[in-house]
Order: sequence, then structure tokens, then C-alpha cells
Amino acid sequence: MQYMLLIYTDPANETPESRQAQMPRWFDYTRQLREAGALVGADALESVATATSVRNRNGDTTHTDGPFAETKERLGGYYLIDVENLDDALKWAAKCPAADTGTMEVRPIMVLPTPD
Amino acid sequence: MLAHLIRVLGGDFHLAEDALMDAIATALQRWPGDGVPNRPAAWLTTAARRKALDRLRRSSTRTQYAPELTLIATLEAMPEQTEQSDIPDEQLKLFFTCCHPALAVDAQVALTLRTLGGLSTPEIAAAFLVPVPTMAQRLVRAKKKIKVAKIPYRVPPRDELSERLTGVLKALYLVFNEGYSAHSGDRLVRVELCSEAIRLGRVLVRLLPEEPEVRGLLALMLLQDSRRDARTDADGVLISLDEQDRSLWHAAQIEQGLTLIQTALEERRPGPYQVQAAIAAVHAESASDAQTDWAQIAMLYDALLRLVPSAVVALNRAVALSLAGQLTVALQFINELEHDLADYQPFHAARADVLRRTGQLDAAAAAYDRAIELSSTPAERTWLVRQRDRLAQ
Repeated sequence: MQYMLLIYTDPANETPESRQAQMPRWFDYTRQLREAGALVGADALESVATATSVRNRNGDTTHTDGPFAETKERLGGYYLIDVENLDDALKWAAKCPAADTGTMEVRPIMVLPTPD
Repeated sequence: MLAHLIRVLGGDFHLAEDALMDAIATALQRWPGDGVPNRPAAWLTTAARRKALDRLRRSSTRTQYAPELTLIATLEAMPEQTEQSDIPDEQLKLFFTCCHPALAVDAQVALTLRTLGGLSTPEIAAAFLVPVPTMAQRLVRAKKKIKVAKIPYRVPPRDELSERLTGVLKALYLVFNEGYSAHSGDRLVRVELCSEAIRLGRVLVRLLPEEPEVRGLLALMLLQDSRRDARTDADGVLISLDEQDRSLWHAAQIEQGLTLIQTALEERRPGPYQVQAAIAAVHAESASDAQTDWAQIAMLYDALLRLVPSAVVALNRAVALSLAGQLTVALQFINELEHDLADYQPFHAARADVLRRTGQLDAAAAAYDRAIELSSTPAERTWLVRQRDRLAQ
């Protein structure tokens, strides 16, 4: 069963130095996921300053500089994992370094019927 | 039983879990009234299979799965089977599933009452003063989350058990408190909540005999509930512990509670519910308020404070100290809590009482006034006004 672990962090809690210092923890975390056979995918995202929001309304396409909404904690990356059940997904979320200062949102991937 | 079902349903764990949960919920509602069938396991397996069939039929009309249609045909052709009964196991799994931390607390409480308590949705709605559709929605959402997010239907593994048990006990105590507290609402429904919480507590004690905190919670609920007929007067106004007619306390229930807390404490694995039960036990064993060993209660609050460092517990300890005669220390502790408990009515009421005992009647009246401002029910307000008015005497 697949879950996405959405990583939300508040940039006010980070500096380039603190991020550098945390790198070994992140590498270790990803390695643990891989060795457990749970890792399906993972990526870090560039900051929300680099985001563009696109909407089609009334036949017009508008572009906005920035994320879909201004929030204190922003989406910084994700892990896509494959585990037995929610408990296992929650355990992995708690192990993620971002859980210490930010929020890990755990969402089940929707299972859609596959056509024959 | 679940393993058998999973096999029979072609490895569909989800479907088996859902079907079995439905079957058990039905059993828990029907068997108390109808009586337990001769072969409970067979009953459950058959019921679960039928429910699985229902689900498959419903979903297959939408998705036209060839594999599912084959499964339906297979299930319909199957004869009845017998299997080892593990009903207690299923109840325990239900407890932990209903009280899973991924569910909001009010959902945990509702789900526990619905599936383990056998209360109907309207009954639960009435108990919590919530419109029936709201409660129905709450239950639907909770079940959906269990299914879609795949909350596992199981007793948690050993290393998680303690922590998860805390959640179960918390939900159960919430049910009890909802019935025990002096909120407005249907009194009969409230009484039912207390007895339901106690009943579920007994079930949990049976299922988890090696967990002293479970016994601690049951003891606490029994001891508190034993005072139910002495707690309000004819007008529904609250009678405080010191003024209650102790002859109205239910002695048999007290006996049960005392035995439970004694055996629990012998395990030497103290926890917050055990300590609270021990405090209730001191009261239960005191023939009158005057004979209460407040020094011992203060020591028990010390222990509770170490386990649960909260301002409210600290306040209760200060009150016990004041009643044990240590007024200066008590007042000091109370004043230290002013910042944390400024909007907490019992804080001001407690402070008023200690001030009264130290002869500072004007300050006591002011404190009662603040408490009255913060009171949330008519019963509370009446009692506080009476306390304040007594100062003038």
C-alpha cells in the first residue's frame, strides 16, 4: 500500500548552515527506507519562491508567481513509500528529520481500479 | 478467523477486515439480548462471509471485475465451516482500531461506543449533545479513514502497546466523564454513558489482565460512580465531596474498586489512572470528610504530578495540602499557578477557599467573584454563589 509523505517545513526554522548540518540525517533516512524495501521515490523541491501557480478560469489561463497559497509551513519535498499499513507509514514519517520541526503529512495513494 | 476469511476471500485483507468488523459489531449488539449462539465462531464466519458477499455485489455493479464475480460465485457455493473462536481477540483489536491516534478523539469515542458499546447513533448523539446527522457523519468519516488510510485491524505490536493503550484508556475515561460531569442534557443518557464506560472497562480488564493501568482506570470509574446518588440534591445542584451523605455511596461498588486498585498497585507499575484511583480510594475509605487523610492524598498528588506534570494536578495537590493544614505552602503553590490557570474556574474557587481558611475573607470573596464569572453551568454558579455568601456568616 503506497503512501505519500509530504514534507512541510517553516523556512524561519532553517538556515543554509542548519540544512547542511542535517544532510547526513537525511541521507541516513533515505538509506533506511531503501534498505527496508519501502522506498518508491523521493524528491526535494526548490523553494516556493521558484513556484508558479497556474489556473484556468472562464477561458483564461492565469499565472501567479508563488505557491497556491501563502502558508507558514510550505511543501518542501516528498517521499513515496510502499508499506503494509498506516502504522508503518506513520513510523517512517516520525523518523523523518523534518518531523522534528515541521509537519509530515501522510496520505494514502488512491487505488483506482485497473481496467481489464 | 480473520486468517480463514482472508484466505477464503482470495487474499483481500481489507474486505475480510471490513466484513469481520461488521459481523462482530452485529454480534456485539445482538448477542447480549439474543444470547450467544452455540457455535459463535461459525456464526461470525458465516455472517462475515455474507457481509463480504454484500460488499462485493455492491462494488461489482460499478466496476464489473471478472475476478470479483468469480469470487462471489465461489463464496455462494461454500458450505459452512467451523473454526476456533477468538472473540476476545477480536474485541481487543476493535478497541485499538477504534482508538487509533490517527482518528480525532471525538471520532474515537463515537466509534468505540458504536462498535463496542452497542449504542445507536441517535443515542451517542444525544449523549454528546450533537445533532444526529453530525454524529452519523463523524462515524462514516472515521470508518472511511480506517479503510482508505488502511489503519490496521490488530492489537499493536509489543513495543507500541503501552502508548496505544494510553489512547484507549483516555477515550474510555472521556466517555465516563461525559456521563459523570454536570453538563446539561438528558440525565438518563448520562447515566448510561457511565455504566457503558464501566462495562467496557471490565471487558478491557479481562482482555488485558497484565496491564495494571487498565485496572486502575476501572477502579477509578467504579469509585467515582459509587458516589452518583450523593452528588446532586433534589434541585440538581452539585453537592461537593465534603458535604455528601456518605451513606448514599454504593458500598459494593466501592469494594470492587478498592480490590481492583489494591491488586493493580501490587504490580508495582504505577501510572496516572492507578494514582487517581488510589486518591479516590482514600476518600472512599473515609467515613467522613473530617476523617480524610489529606496528607496521604497530598502525597498521592505528588506522585501524580511526577507522572502528569500539569497545572491542574498541581492545583489539586495544593488543595490537598491546604486541607491537611499546610495553608502557607498551599497558598504559595496556588499563587505560583496564577498565570497558567487564570481562566480556570476551579483555580479561583480553590484559592478562595484557602484564603478563607487563612482568614482573608475579602480576598476570598474577590476570588469567588472571579470564579462565578468563569462558571459554565447553572449548577456550578449556584454552588459558588452559596460558598461566597457563606463568607459573610
